[in-house]
Amino acid sequence: MISIGERINGMFLDVKKAIAEKDKAVIQDLAKRQTECGASYLDVNVGTAAADQEGTMAWLVETIQETCKTPLCLDSQKPNVIAAGLKAADTSMGILLNSSPLNKKSDAEVLDKYLEMAQSVGPEGKIIALTMDKNGVPQDVDTRVAIAAQIVEKVMEAGLEMHRLFVDPIVLPVKVPDAQQQPNNIIAAIGQIVFLSDPPPHIVVGLSNLSQGSCERSLINRIFLCMAASHGLDAAIIDVLDEPLVDALATAEMLLNKQLYSDSYLKAYRNA
Amino acid sequence: MPVPRVADTFKGAVSRVTIGATAEQGGTRTTTVTVGGALNVVYAGEPGKLGEKPVIAVDVLDIAPEDWAEALAGQYKDVFGDPAAWAKKAVDEYGADLICLKFDGIHPDRGDLGADHAVRVIKDVLAAVGVPLILWGSGNDAKDNQIMPKVSEAAKGQNCLIGTVTEDNYKSLTAIALADSHKLITEAPLDINIGKQVNILVSDMGYPLENIVTFQSTGALGYGIEYSYSIQERQRLATLGGDKMMAMPSIVDVGSEAWRTKEAKSDAPEWGPAEARGPMWEAATAIVLLQSGTDIIRLRHPKAVATVKNFIKEMW
Repeated sequence: MISIGERINGMFLDVKKAIAEKDKAVIQDLAKRQTECGASYLDVNVGTAAADQEGTMAWLVETIQETCKTPLCLDSQKPNVIAAGLKAADTSMGILLNSSPLNKKSDAEVLDKYLEMAQSVGPEGKIIALTMDKNGVPQDVDTRVAIAAQIVEKVMEAGLEMHRLFVDPIVLPVKVPDAQQQPNNIIAAIGQIVFLSDPPPHIVVGLSNLSQGSCERSLINRIFLCMAASHGLDAAIIDVLDEPLVDALATAEMLLNKQLYSDSYLKAYRNA
Repeated sequence: MPVPRVADTFKGAVSRVTIGATAEQGGTRTTTVTVGGALNVVYAGEPGKLGEKPVIAVDVLDIAPEDWAEALAGQYKDVFGDPAAWAKKAVDEYGADLICLKFDGIHPDRGDLGADHAVRVIKDVLAAVGVPLILWGSGNDAKDNQIMPKVSEAAKGQNCLIGTVTEDNYKSLTAIALADSHKLITEAPLDINIGKQVNILVSDMGYPLENIVTFQSTGALGYGIEYSYSIQERQRLATLGGDKMMAMPSIVDVGSEAWRTKEAKSDAPEWGPAEARGPMWEAATAIVLLQSGTDIIRLRHPKAVATVKNFIKEMW
Protein backbone atom coordinates (compact mmCIF):
# COMPACT_ATOMS: atom_id res chain seq x y z
CA MET A 1 0.00 0.00 0.00
CA ILE A 2 1.29 3.43 -0.92
CA SER A 3 0.55 5.51 2.15
CA ILE A 4 0.23 9.25 1.86
CA GLY A 5 0.53 11.05 5.20
CA GLU A 6 -2.46 13.37 5.69
CA ARG A 7 -1.36 15.50 8.61
CA ILE A 8 0.09 18.57 6.90
CA ASN A 9 -3.30 20.06 6.12
CA GLY A 10 -4.58 23.48 7.12
CA MET A 11 -7.82 21.86 8.28
CA PHE A 12 -5.96 20.56 11.35
CA LEU A 13 -5.81 23.23 14.02
CA ASP A 14 -2.10 22.79 14.82
CA VAL A 15 -1.20 23.22 11.13
CA LYS A 16 -3.60 26.14 10.70
CA LYS A 17 -1.97 27.89 13.65
CA ALA A 18 1.53 27.10 12.37
CA ILE A 19 0.64 28.57 8.97
CA ALA A 20 -0.78 31.72 10.58
CA GLU A 21 2.32 32.16 12.76
CA LYS A 22 4.82 30.90 10.14
CA ASP A 23 6.01 28.37 12.72
CA LYS A 24 8.26 26.00 10.78
CA ALA A 25 8.97 23.66 13.69
CA VAL A 26 5.40 22.29 13.84
CA ILE A 27 5.37 21.51 10.11
CA GLN A 28 8.84 20.02 10.09
CA ASP A 29 8.06 17.84 13.09
CA LEU A 30 4.99 16.46 11.33
CA ALA A 31 6.99 15.83 8.16
CA LYS A 32 9.66 13.98 10.10
CA ARG A 33 7.30 11.88 12.20
CA GLN A 34 5.16 10.85 9.23
CA THR A 35 8.28 9.87 7.30
CA GLU A 36 9.49 7.78 10.24
CA CYS A 37 6.11 6.05 10.30
CA GLY A 38 6.60 4.95 6.71
CA ALA A 39 4.71 7.55 4.63
CA SER A 40 5.57 7.17 0.93
CA TYR A 41 4.30 10.70 0.25
CA LEU A 42 3.45 13.67 2.46
CA ASP A 43 0.19 15.39 1.59
CA VAL A 44 0.44 19.19 1.64
CA ASN A 45 -2.84 21.12 1.86
CA VAL A 46 -3.01 24.79 2.82
CA GLY A 47 -6.59 24.53 4.05
CA THR A 48 -9.01 27.39 3.81
CA ALA A 49 -7.73 29.85 6.40
CA ALA A 50 -4.77 31.33 4.55
CA ALA A 51 -5.60 34.29 2.35
CA ASP A 52 -2.58 33.78 0.11
CA GLN A 53 -2.98 30.14 -0.88
CA GLU A 54 -0.18 30.11 -3.44
CA GLY A 55 2.33 31.72 -1.11
CA THR A 56 1.30 29.41 1.73
CA MET A 57 1.71 26.32 -0.46
CA ALA A 58 5.20 27.44 -1.48
CA TRP A 59 6.10 28.15 2.16
CA LEU A 60 4.87 24.72 3.28
CA VAL A 61 6.80 22.96 0.52
CA GLU A 62 10.02 24.82 1.30
CA THR A 63 9.58 24.28 5.03
CA ILE A 64 9.08 20.53 4.64
CA GLN A 65 11.92 20.07 2.18
CA GLU A 66 14.36 21.84 4.48
CA THR A 67 14.22 18.75 6.71
CA CYS A 68 13.12 15.78 4.68
CA LYS A 69 13.25 14.36 1.19
CA THR A 70 10.02 12.37 1.28
CA PRO A 71 8.12 12.92 -1.98
CA LEU A 72 5.25 15.39 -1.65
CA CYS A 73 1.60 15.13 -2.59
CA LEU A 74 0.49 18.67 -3.40
CA ASP A 75 -3.16 18.88 -2.46
CA SER A 76 -5.43 21.55 -3.90
CA GLN A 77 -8.41 21.81 -6.21
CA LYS A 78 -6.88 24.96 -7.69
CA PRO A 79 -4.31 24.51 -10.47
CA ASN A 80 -2.59 27.80 -9.59
CA VAL A 81 -1.98 26.63 -6.01
CA ILE A 82 -0.52 23.33 -7.26
CA ALA A 83 1.65 25.29 -9.71
CA ALA A 84 2.98 27.46 -6.89
CA GLY A 85 3.87 24.32 -4.90
CA LEU A 86 5.51 22.71 -7.92
CA LYS A 87 7.63 25.79 -8.53
CA ALA A 88 8.95 25.69 -4.97
CA ALA A 89 9.46 21.93 -4.79
CA ASP A 90 12.42 19.66 -5.32
CA THR A 91 10.73 17.06 -7.52
CA SER A 92 13.73 14.81 -8.06
CA MET A 93 12.20 12.20 -5.72
CA GLY A 94 8.90 12.33 -7.61
CA ILE A 95 5.72 14.22 -6.82
CA LEU A 96 1.99 13.56 -6.75
CA LEU A 97 -0.57 16.20 -7.75
CA ASN A 98 -3.82 15.88 -5.79
CA SER A 99 -6.33 16.26 -7.43
CA SER A 100 -8.50 17.00 -10.44
CA PRO A 101 -12.00 15.86 -11.44
CA LEU A 102 -12.63 14.74 -15.02
CA ASN A 103 -14.03 18.21 -15.70
CA LYS A 104 -15.80 21.08 -14.00
CA LYS A 105 -18.66 23.35 -14.99
CA SER A 106 -16.34 26.29 -14.49
CA ASP A 107 -13.33 24.64 -16.15
CA ALA A 108 -13.76 21.93 -18.78
CA GLU A 109 -9.97 21.61 -19.20
CA VAL A 110 -9.03 21.22 -15.55
CA LEU A 111 -7.68 17.66 -15.89
CA ASP A 112 -5.51 18.72 -18.83
CA LYS A 113 -3.93 21.37 -16.66
CA TYR A 114 -3.03 18.81 -13.97
CA LEU A 115 -1.74 16.38 -16.59
CA GLU A 116 0.44 19.06 -18.12
CA MET A 117 1.89 19.94 -14.75
CA ALA A 118 2.58 16.27 -13.98
CA GLN A 119 4.32 15.87 -17.32
CA SER A 120 6.41 18.97 -16.77
CA VAL A 121 8.08 17.19 -13.84
CA GLY A 122 9.23 14.20 -15.89
CA PRO A 123 8.57 10.47 -15.50
CA GLU A 124 8.06 10.69 -11.73
CA GLY A 125 5.27 13.29 -11.96
CA LYS A 126 1.99 11.61 -11.02
CA ILE A 127 -1.58 12.72 -10.50
CA ILE A 128 -4.68 11.85 -8.52
CA ALA A 129 -7.91 12.15 -10.52
CA LEU A 130 -11.34 12.08 -8.86
CA THR A 131 -14.28 10.11 -10.23
CA MET A 132 -16.23 13.33 -10.40
CA ASP A 133 -17.32 15.56 -13.26
CA LYS A 134 -19.28 18.71 -14.01
CA ASN A 135 -22.40 17.08 -12.55
CA GLY A 136 -20.74 16.61 -9.19
CA VAL A 137 -19.88 13.51 -7.14
CA PRO A 138 -21.72 10.42 -8.37
CA GLN A 139 -23.47 8.30 -5.77
CA ASP A 140 -23.72 5.06 -7.72
CA VAL A 141 -21.18 2.50 -8.89
CA ASP A 142 -21.71 2.77 -12.65
CA THR A 143 -21.19 6.51 -12.96
CA ARG A 144 -18.02 6.30 -10.84
CA VAL A 145 -16.64 3.59 -13.13
CA ALA A 146 -17.74 5.43 -16.30
CA ILE A 147 -15.93 8.59 -15.20
CA ALA A 148 -12.87 6.54 -14.22
CA ALA A 149 -12.87 5.03 -17.73
CA GLN A 150 -12.88 8.49 -19.29
CA ILE A 151 -10.03 9.55 -17.01
CA VAL A 152 -8.00 6.47 -17.95
CA GLU A 153 -8.58 7.19 -21.64
CA LYS A 154 -7.55 10.80 -21.29
CA VAL A 155 -4.40 9.91 -19.36
CA MET A 156 -3.45 7.32 -21.98
CA GLU A 157 -3.99 9.86 -24.75
CA ALA A 158 -1.74 12.28 -22.89
CA GLY A 159 0.95 9.59 -23.01
CA LEU A 160 1.27 8.93 -19.27
CA GLU A 161 1.92 5.37 -18.13
CA MET A 162 -0.80 3.97 -15.89
CA HIS A 163 1.41 3.85 -12.80
CA ARG A 164 1.40 7.64 -12.91
CA LEU A 165 -2.36 7.81 -12.42
CA PHE A 166 -4.16 7.40 -9.09
CA VAL A 167 -7.95 7.18 -9.42
CA ASP A 168 -9.87 8.37 -6.35
CA PRO A 169 -13.45 7.04 -6.19
CA ILE A 170 -14.26 9.63 -3.47
CA VAL A 171 -15.06 8.48 0.01
CA LEU A 172 -17.93 10.35 1.69
CA PRO A 173 -18.69 10.59 5.41
CA VAL A 174 -20.67 7.54 6.47
CA LYS A 175 -22.56 9.60 9.03
CA VAL A 176 -24.34 11.72 6.43
CA PRO A 177 -28.01 10.69 6.00
CA ASP A 178 -28.44 7.99 3.32
CA ALA A 179 -24.68 7.67 2.88
CA GLN A 180 -24.38 4.20 4.34
CA GLN A 181 -24.60 2.56 0.95
CA GLN A 182 -21.49 4.50 -0.17
CA PRO A 183 -18.74 2.29 1.30
CA ASN A 184 -20.27 -0.67 -0.55
CA ASN A 185 -20.50 1.34 -3.76
CA ILE A 186 -16.89 2.46 -3.48
CA ILE A 187 -15.66 -1.08 -2.95
CA ALA A 188 -17.71 -2.28 -5.93
CA ALA A 189 -16.31 0.56 -8.05
CA ILE A 190 -12.73 -0.26 -7.03
CA GLY A 191 -13.35 -3.88 -8.08
CA GLN A 192 -14.28 -2.65 -11.56
CA ILE A 193 -11.75 0.17 -11.98
CA VAL A 194 -8.87 -2.31 -11.66
CA PHE A 195 -10.06 -3.90 -14.91
CA LEU A 196 -10.08 -0.66 -16.93
CA SER A 197 -6.52 -1.13 -18.10
CA ASP A 198 -3.64 -3.54 -17.85
CA PRO A 199 -1.64 -2.64 -15.88
CA PRO A 200 -4.38 -0.85 -13.93
CA PRO A 201 -4.06 2.64 -12.49
CA HIS A 202 -3.43 2.99 -8.77
CA ILE A 203 -6.59 3.46 -6.72
CA VAL A 204 -6.47 5.85 -3.80
CA VAL A 205 -8.93 7.13 -1.19
CA GLY A 206 -8.85 9.99 1.26
CA LEU A 207 -9.63 7.64 4.11
CA SER A 208 -10.36 9.95 7.02
CA ASN A 209 -13.25 11.59 5.20
CA LEU A 210 -15.20 8.37 5.80
CA SER A 211 -15.36 8.88 9.54
CA GLN A 212 -15.82 12.68 9.46
CA GLY A 213 -18.04 13.62 12.41
CA SER A 214 -18.34 10.05 13.70
CA CYS A 215 -17.38 8.52 17.01
CA GLU A 216 -14.92 5.60 16.70
CA ARG A 217 -13.11 7.36 13.88
CA SER A 218 -9.95 5.28 13.98
CA LEU A 219 -11.88 2.00 14.08
CA ILE A 220 -14.10 2.96 11.14
CA ASN A 221 -11.09 4.07 9.14
CA ARG A 222 -9.06 0.94 9.67
CA ILE A 223 -11.86 -1.54 9.02
CA PHE A 224 -12.76 0.16 5.75
CA LEU A 225 -9.12 0.40 4.70
CA CYS A 226 -8.72 -3.37 5.08
CA MET A 227 -11.99 -4.07 3.26
CA ALA A 228 -11.01 -1.84 0.35
CA ALA A 229 -7.45 -3.22 0.25
CA SER A 230 -8.87 -6.68 -0.34
CA HIS A 231 -10.68 -5.35 -3.45
CA GLY A 232 -7.70 -3.63 -5.06
CA LEU A 233 -7.16 -0.35 -3.23
CA ASP A 234 -3.39 0.15 -3.32
CA ALA A 235 -2.91 3.69 -2.05
CA ALA A 236 -4.51 5.79 0.67
CA ILE A 237 -4.24 9.21 2.22
CA ILE A 238 -4.16 8.24 5.88
CA ASP A 239 -2.99 9.21 9.31
CA VAL A 240 0.25 7.21 9.34
CA LEU A 241 0.72 8.22 12.99
CA ASP A 242 -2.36 6.11 13.89
CA GLU A 243 -0.59 2.93 15.06
CA PRO A 244 -3.58 0.58 15.15
CA LEU A 245 -4.42 1.70 11.61
CA VAL A 246 -0.95 0.87 10.30
CA ASP A 247 -0.95 -2.45 12.21
CA ALA A 248 -4.29 -3.37 10.64
CA LEU A 249 -3.00 -2.42 7.20
CA ALA A 250 0.19 -4.47 7.63
CA THR A 251 -1.93 -7.44 8.71
CA ALA A 252 -4.32 -7.06 5.78
CA GLU A 253 -1.40 -6.93 3.34
CA MET A 254 0.13 -10.02 4.94
CA LEU A 255 -3.19 -11.90 4.77
CA LEU A 256 -3.59 -10.85 1.14
CA ASN A 257 -0.11 -12.34 0.49
CA LYS A 258 1.30 -8.99 -0.53
CA GLN A 259 3.91 -9.11 2.24
CA LEU A 260 5.82 -12.20 3.31
CA TYR A 261 4.83 -13.39 6.76
CA SER A 262 7.46 -13.36 9.49
CA ASP A 263 6.92 -13.28 13.25
CA SER A 264 8.02 -9.64 13.24
CA TYR A 265 5.92 -8.66 10.22
CA LEU A 266 4.56 -5.51 11.88
CA LYS A 267 8.06 -4.22 12.44
CA ALA A 268 9.14 -5.28 8.95
CA TYR A 269 6.19 -3.40 7.44
CA ARG A 270 7.21 -0.16 9.13
CA ASN A 271 10.89 -0.55 8.30
CA ALA A 272 10.11 -1.19 4.64
CA MET B 1 1.56 -4.71 -36.10
CA PRO B 2 4.09 -3.60 -33.51
CA VAL B 3 5.21 -6.16 -30.94
CA PRO B 4 3.95 -5.01 -27.54
CA ARG B 5 6.54 -4.38 -24.87
CA VAL B 6 5.96 -7.09 -22.29
CA ALA B 7 9.06 -6.77 -20.11
CA ASP B 8 8.06 -6.13 -16.53
CA THR B 9 9.84 -3.59 -14.42
CA PHE B 10 10.01 -3.86 -10.66
CA LYS B 11 10.59 -1.40 -7.88
CA GLY B 12 13.00 -3.55 -5.87
CA ALA B 13 16.53 -4.77 -6.54
CA VAL B 14 18.84 -7.33 -4.97
CA SER B 15 21.42 -5.47 -2.91
CA ARG B 16 25.05 -5.62 -3.97
CA VAL B 17 27.44 -7.23 -1.52
CA THR B 18 31.22 -7.06 -1.89
CA ILE B 19 33.36 -9.71 -0.20
CA GLY B 20 37.09 -9.37 0.36
CA ALA B 21 39.35 -6.39 0.99
CA THR B 22 42.50 -5.51 -0.94
CA ALA B 23 45.53 -3.78 0.55
CA GLU B 24 44.03 -0.34 -0.17
CA GLN B 25 40.90 -1.42 1.66
CA GLY B 26 42.78 -2.63 4.71
CA GLY B 27 42.99 -6.33 3.83
CA THR B 28 45.39 -8.60 2.01
CA ARG B 29 43.12 -10.02 -0.73
CA THR B 30 44.31 -9.66 -4.31
CA THR B 31 40.74 -9.78 -5.65
CA THR B 32 37.29 -8.95 -4.34
CA VAL B 33 33.95 -10.40 -5.39
CA THR B 34 30.69 -8.45 -5.77
CA VAL B 35 27.37 -10.26 -6.04
CA GLY B 36 23.73 -9.21 -6.32
CA GLY B 37 22.26 -6.22 -8.10
CA ALA B 38 19.60 -8.06 -10.10
CA LEU B 39 16.58 -5.95 -11.04
CA ASN B 40 14.57 -8.82 -12.49
CA VAL B 41 13.98 -12.55 -12.39
CA VAL B 42 16.61 -14.65 -14.14
CA TYR B 43 16.28 -14.68 -17.95
CA ALA B 44 13.45 -12.14 -18.00
CA GLY B 45 13.47 -8.58 -19.19
CA GLU B 46 16.45 -6.59 -20.27
CA PRO B 47 19.90 -8.21 -20.10
CA GLY B 48 21.22 -5.11 -18.37
CA LYS B 49 19.07 -5.92 -15.36
CA LEU B 50 20.60 -9.30 -14.56
CA GLY B 51 22.99 -7.82 -12.02
CA GLU B 52 26.40 -9.24 -11.17
CA LYS B 53 27.46 -12.65 -12.44
CA PRO B 54 26.99 -15.51 -10.00
CA VAL B 55 30.25 -16.79 -8.50
CA ILE B 56 31.64 -20.12 -7.36
CA ALA B 57 33.03 -20.83 -3.92
CA VAL B 58 34.97 -24.08 -3.60
CA ASP B 59 34.72 -25.89 -0.26
CA VAL B 60 37.90 -26.34 1.77
CA LEU B 61 37.64 -28.27 5.03
CA ASP B 62 39.80 -27.57 8.04
CA ILE B 63 40.33 -31.31 8.60
CA ALA B 64 40.61 -34.29 6.25
CA PRO B 65 37.08 -35.53 5.56
CA GLU B 66 36.48 -39.19 6.30
CA ASP B 67 33.26 -39.80 4.46
CA TRP B 68 33.87 -38.34 0.99
CA ALA B 69 33.18 -40.60 -1.99
CA GLU B 70 36.30 -41.79 -3.76
CA ALA B 71 35.36 -39.96 -6.96
CA LEU B 72 35.51 -36.68 -5.03
CA ALA B 73 38.20 -37.44 -2.46
CA GLY B 74 40.58 -38.49 -5.25
CA GLN B 75 40.69 -34.86 -6.46
CA TYR B 76 42.00 -33.54 -3.15
CA LYS B 77 43.75 -36.43 -1.38
CA ASP B 78 47.16 -34.84 -1.76
CA VAL B 79 46.00 -31.75 0.15
CA PHE B 80 43.70 -33.30 2.78
CA GLY B 81 44.69 -32.03 6.22
CA ASP B 82 46.47 -29.01 4.70
CA PRO B 83 43.75 -26.38 4.17
CA ALA B 84 46.23 -23.82 2.81
CA ALA B 85 47.45 -26.16 0.06
CA TRP B 86 43.85 -27.25 -0.56
CA ALA B 87 42.71 -23.65 -1.01
CA LYS B 88 45.64 -22.88 -3.29
CA LYS B 89 44.79 -25.89 -5.45
CA ALA B 90 41.12 -24.87 -5.65
CA VAL B 91 42.09 -21.36 -6.78
CA ASP B 92 45.12 -22.03 -8.98
CA GLU B 93 44.02 -25.25 -10.65
CA TYR B 94 40.23 -25.21 -10.47
CA GLY B 95 39.49 -21.49 -10.74
CA ALA B 96 37.53 -20.84 -7.54
CA ASP B 97 36.23 -17.25 -7.25
CA LEU B 98 36.15 -17.63 -3.47
CA ILE B 99 37.11 -20.23 -0.91
CA CYS B 100 34.47 -21.47 1.49
CA LEU B 101 36.44 -22.51 4.55
CA LYS B 102 34.30 -24.97 6.47
CA PHE B 103 35.23 -25.56 10.10
CA ASP B 104 34.07 -29.16 10.43
CA GLY B 105 36.89 -30.07 12.80
CA ILE B 106 35.58 -27.93 15.66
CA HIS B 107 32.32 -29.93 15.84
CA PRO B 108 32.17 -32.05 19.03
CA ASP B 109 31.47 -35.17 16.94
CA ARG B 110 34.18 -34.54 14.35
CA GLY B 111 37.33 -33.77 16.28
CA ASP B 112 36.18 -31.17 18.79
CA LEU B 113 39.23 -29.06 17.94
CA GLY B 114 39.78 -25.74 19.66
CA ALA B 115 40.38 -22.11 18.80
CA ASP B 116 44.13 -22.57 18.31
CA HIS B 117 43.45 -24.96 15.45
CA ALA B 118 40.80 -22.76 13.84
CA VAL B 119 42.89 -19.59 14.07
CA ARG B 120 45.92 -21.36 12.61
CA VAL B 121 43.81 -22.61 9.70
CA ILE B 122 42.37 -19.20 8.86
CA LYS B 123 45.78 -17.56 9.03
CA ASP B 124 47.34 -20.22 6.80
CA VAL B 125 44.59 -19.97 4.21
CA LEU B 126 44.69 -16.17 4.19
CA ALA B 127 48.42 -16.39 3.51
CA ALA B 128 48.06 -19.03 0.81
CA VAL B 129 45.41 -17.50 -1.45
CA GLY B 130 44.36 -14.02 -2.57
CA VAL B 131 40.66 -14.65 -3.19
CA PRO B 132 37.99 -13.58 -0.64
CA LEU B 133 36.95 -16.10 2.01
CA ILE B 134 33.70 -17.48 3.32
CA LEU B 135 34.02 -18.69 6.91
CA TRP B 136 31.42 -21.32 7.71
CA GLY B 137 30.90 -22.80 11.19
CA SER B 138 30.42 -26.43 12.10
CA GLY B 139 26.67 -26.31 12.71
CA ASN B 140 27.03 -26.91 16.45
CA ASP B 141 25.71 -23.71 18.05
CA ALA B 142 27.63 -23.91 21.32
CA LYS B 143 30.94 -24.68 19.65
CA ASP B 144 30.46 -22.14 16.86
CA ASN B 145 29.64 -19.42 19.37
CA GLN B 146 32.86 -20.26 21.20
CA ILE B 147 35.25 -20.61 18.24
CA MET B 148 33.92 -18.53 15.33
CA PRO B 149 34.47 -15.18 17.13
CA LYS B 150 38.17 -16.08 17.33
CA VAL B 151 38.17 -16.97 13.63
CA SER B 152 36.44 -13.69 12.85
CA GLU B 153 38.96 -11.71 14.85
CA ALA B 154 41.88 -13.43 13.12
CA ALA B 155 40.41 -12.38 9.77
CA LYS B 156 39.57 -8.82 10.81
CA GLY B 157 39.96 -6.35 7.97
CA GLN B 158 39.59 -9.05 5.29
CA ASN B 159 35.85 -8.38 4.74
CA CYS B 160 34.96 -12.07 4.80
CA LEU B 161 31.49 -13.57 4.54
CA ILE B 162 30.87 -15.32 7.85
CA GLY B 163 28.08 -17.63 8.95
CA THR B 164 25.73 -18.92 9.60
CA VAL B 165 23.26 -17.30 11.99
CA THR B 166 19.80 -18.76 12.58
CA GLU B 167 16.58 -17.63 14.22
CA ASP B 168 17.63 -19.37 17.46
CA ASN B 169 21.33 -18.55 17.41
CA TYR B 170 22.26 -15.20 15.93
CA LYS B 171 23.42 -12.87 18.66
CA SER B 172 27.09 -13.69 19.17
CA LEU B 173 28.04 -14.13 15.52
CA THR B 174 26.07 -11.06 14.43
CA ALA B 175 27.80 -8.96 17.09
CA ILE B 176 31.23 -10.24 16.08
CA ALA B 177 30.57 -9.74 12.35
CA LEU B 178 29.55 -6.19 13.14
CA ALA B 179 32.65 -5.60 15.27
CA ASP B 180 35.08 -7.13 12.75
CA SER B 181 33.31 -5.70 9.66
CA HIS B 182 32.52 -9.00 8.01
CA LYS B 183 29.52 -9.76 5.81
CA LEU B 184 27.00 -12.19 7.34
CA ILE B 185 25.08 -15.29 6.21
CA THR B 186 21.55 -15.68 7.62
CA GLU B 187 20.25 -19.24 7.49
CA ALA B 188 16.71 -20.61 7.42
CA PRO B 189 15.53 -24.23 7.17
CA LEU B 190 13.75 -24.08 3.79
CA ASP B 191 11.21 -21.71 5.34
CA ILE B 192 10.76 -18.33 3.71
CA ASN B 193 8.99 -16.84 6.74
CA ILE B 194 11.83 -17.79 9.08
CA GLY B 195 14.24 -16.50 6.43
CA LYS B 196 12.63 -13.10 6.71
CA GLN B 197 12.45 -13.28 10.50
CA VAL B 198 16.17 -13.92 10.95
CA ASN B 199 16.96 -10.94 8.72
CA ILE B 200 14.72 -8.77 10.88
CA LEU B 201 16.37 -10.08 14.05
CA VAL B 202 19.92 -9.34 12.93
CA SER B 203 18.93 -5.94 11.58
CA ASP B 204 17.38 -5.19 14.99
CA MET B 205 20.86 -5.64 16.42
CA GLY B 206 22.03 -2.85 14.14
CA TYR B 207 23.52 -5.13 11.50
CA PRO B 208 23.05 -3.49 8.04
CA LEU B 209 20.65 -5.33 5.74
CA GLU B 210 22.87 -4.54 2.76
CA ASN B 211 25.70 -6.65 4.25
CA ILE B 212 23.65 -9.85 4.47
CA VAL B 213 23.71 -12.89 2.20
CA THR B 214 20.86 -15.35 2.77
CA PHE B 215 21.15 -19.13 2.94
CA GLN B 216 17.73 -20.74 2.61
CA SER B 217 19.20 -24.29 2.88
CA THR B 218 19.74 -26.40 -0.19
CA GLY B 219 18.19 -29.59 -1.51
CA ALA B 220 20.03 -31.49 -4.24
CA LEU B 221 18.52 -32.73 -7.48
CA GLY B 222 16.05 -35.47 -6.52
CA TYR B 223 16.33 -34.55 -2.83
CA GLY B 224 14.17 -31.49 -2.37
CA ILE B 225 15.55 -29.21 -5.07
CA GLU B 226 11.97 -28.09 -5.78
CA TYR B 227 11.76 -26.61 -2.28
CA SER B 228 15.05 -24.79 -2.69
CA TYR B 229 14.03 -23.57 -6.11
CA SER B 230 10.65 -22.21 -5.08
CA ILE B 231 12.05 -20.52 -1.99
CA GLN B 232 14.85 -18.87 -3.93
CA GLU B 233 12.30 -17.76 -6.49
CA ARG B 234 9.96 -16.49 -3.77
CA GLN B 235 12.81 -14.52 -2.26
CA ARG B 236 13.61 -12.91 -5.60
CA LEU B 237 9.97 -12.01 -6.23
CA ALA B 238 9.67 -10.50 -2.73
CA THR B 239 12.84 -8.52 -3.44
CA LEU B 240 11.49 -7.22 -6.74
CA GLY B 241 8.21 -6.33 -5.03
CA GLY B 242 10.13 -4.03 -2.72
CA ASP B 243 10.52 -6.17 0.42
CA LYS B 244 13.74 -4.75 1.85
CA MET B 245 13.95 -7.52 4.43
CA MET B 246 14.37 -10.05 1.61
CA ALA B 247 16.45 -8.06 -0.86
CA MET B 248 19.76 -9.86 -0.33
CA PRO B 249 21.91 -12.01 -2.57
CA SER B 250 21.82 -15.69 -1.66
CA ILE B 251 24.22 -18.58 -1.33
CA VAL B 252 23.49 -22.26 -2.02
CA ASP B 253 25.41 -25.27 -0.71
CA VAL B 254 25.42 -27.54 -3.72
CA GLY B 255 28.66 -29.44 -3.11
CA SER B 256 27.89 -31.19 0.16
CA GLU B 257 24.22 -31.77 -0.70
CA ALA B 258 24.92 -33.26 -4.15
CA TRP B 259 27.58 -35.58 -2.73
CA ARG B 260 25.18 -36.88 -0.08
CA THR B 261 22.96 -38.43 -2.74
CA LYS B 262 23.29 -42.11 -3.54
CA GLU B 263 23.39 -41.26 -7.23
CA ALA B 264 26.62 -39.32 -6.68
CA LYS B 265 28.42 -41.48 -4.19
CA SER B 266 27.30 -45.09 -4.75
CA ASP B 267 29.63 -47.55 -6.39
CA ALA B 268 26.96 -48.80 -8.81
CA PRO B 269 28.48 -49.51 -12.26
CA GLU B 270 25.03 -50.01 -13.82
CA TRP B 271 24.41 -46.26 -13.27
CA GLY B 272 27.43 -45.30 -15.32
CA PRO B 273 30.96 -44.36 -14.28
CA ALA B 274 31.18 -43.00 -10.72
CA GLU B 275 33.70 -40.32 -11.72
CA ALA B 276 31.09 -38.74 -14.02
CA ARG B 277 27.92 -39.14 -11.91
CA GLY B 278 28.93 -37.00 -8.94
CA PRO B 279 30.15 -33.98 -10.92
CA MET B 280 27.05 -34.23 -13.11
CA TRP B 281 24.81 -34.27 -10.03
CA GLU B 282 26.58 -31.23 -8.63
CA ALA B 283 26.49 -29.32 -11.92
CA ALA B 284 22.84 -30.13 -12.61
CA THR B 285 21.80 -29.04 -9.11
CA ALA B 286 23.78 -25.82 -9.44
CA ILE B 287 22.43 -24.94 -12.87
CA VAL B 288 18.83 -25.49 -11.79
CA LEU B 289 19.31 -23.27 -8.74
CA LEU B 290 21.03 -20.59 -10.81
CA GLN B 291 17.79 -20.20 -12.69
CA SER B 292 15.83 -19.61 -9.51
CA GLY B 293 18.02 -16.59 -8.76
CA THR B 294 21.05 -17.27 -6.59
CA ASP B 295 24.42 -15.59 -6.39
CA ILE B 296 27.08 -17.71 -4.69
CA ILE B 297 27.35 -21.46 -5.33
CA ARG B 298 29.36 -23.73 -3.07
CA LEU B 299 30.85 -26.56 -5.13
CA ARG B 300 33.37 -29.38 -4.62
CA HIS B 301 34.36 -31.36 -7.71
CA PRO B 302 36.59 -29.55 -10.24
CA LYS B 303 34.57 -30.88 -13.18
CA ALA B 304 31.41 -29.41 -11.67
CA VAL B 305 33.25 -26.12 -11.14
CA ALA B 306 34.33 -26.07 -14.79
CA THR B 307 30.84 -26.94 -16.09
CA VAL B 308 29.05 -24.35 -13.97
CA LYS B 309 31.63 -21.67 -14.70
CA ASN B 310 31.14 -22.30 -18.39
CA PHE B 311 27.35 -22.13 -18.01
CA ILE B 312 27.59 -18.79 -16.21
CA LYS B 313 29.97 -17.47 -18.87
CA GLU B 314 27.60 -18.46 -21.66
CA MET B 315 24.39 -17.26 -20.04
CA TRP B 316 25.27 -14.01 -18.28
